[in-house]
Amino acid sequence: MELINIEGTPKTPTVIMDPNSGVVEVKGRSIPENSIEFYKPVVDWLDEYAKGPAAKTVVNIRLEYFNTASSKCILDVFKKLEVLKKNSADVVINWYYEEDDEDMLEAGEDYESIIKVPFKMIQIVD
Amino acid sequence: MSDFLNQCYAQMHKGDIIVAYKGTISADIIADTLGLVESKLDDLLEQNLVRKKLYNVLVECLQNLYHHVDPVKNSESTHNFGAFVLSKTDNGYRISTGNMVRSEKSIVLKEKIDKINSLSKEELKDFYKFVLNNQTFSEKGGGGLGLIDMARKTGNKLEYKFSSYSSEYDFFNLNVLITE
Repeated sequence: MELINIEGTPKTPTVIMDPNSGVVEVKGRSIPENSIEFYKPVVDWLDEYAKGPAAKTVVNIRLEYFNTASSKCILDVFKKLEVLKKNSADVVINWYYEEDDEDMLEAGEDYESIIKVPFKMIQIVD
Repeated sequence: MSDFLNQCYAQMHKGDIIVAYKGTISADIIADTLGLVESKLDDLLEQNLVRKKLYNVLVECLQNLYHHVDPVKNSESTHNFGAFVLSKTDNGYRISTGNMVRSEKSIVLKEKIDKINSLSKEELKDFYKFVLNNQTFSEKGGGGLGLIDMARKTGNKLEYKFSSYSSEYDFFNLNVLITE
């Protein structure tokens, strides 16, 4: 399986997915008009990855902004991780939020209440 | 047509204007506006949290506009016409957007906003999660979450006004307040 490394833009996040280490990183901004198009390779990659995942999968979500169009796609990504977890893989989602950014923390908690994967809320302190 | 739109546009102006635009709504216009607003907010030395909230809500407002502008038939000059005004008010910011919608959509939209405005903070959270988890997204990428998100993030009611343009079209004006 190939490593995915998508460089961030003012509208889309940096995405790094490493099949060997099992580390997935999504960081930056996710505010594209067409989010489905952007997230499709990410979701497809996870489908493939699920066939032979690493011993532990660590997903780091470190977003500054995301639009509601992206929120559904992020949920789709998490649903893939939920399947992975269901098939007894070790999965953890680290949800980063800036100090005092309650909106971002709440967004993480929304996902945590929907998705059956352990979440860790991590505050970024400057 | 043009007088009608100018009048609607004029009514959107309130407070100290930071950005005002009327014309064709395209992905480029939205990207340029977001860039411009971001640098303007840096100048205004707004605290990080207010800036983030404002930016988030502005993205939703502008992308809503982008996805939902109904082009008026037989009117070349107003193809994909939309307008937005961002202004500073006494206790925060105000985002005003305006676009033409087909009259049958106005009714659905009005019902949706009235419902959102009737919900408490907790109910909005549940409604957001329900729509997020249960509704399939349209090809446009909009998922009906934008308005709920605006109400949730600002904690304010969504103000709106429909002005009848013809039997087929209404001008839809939405005002969102971000208070400090």
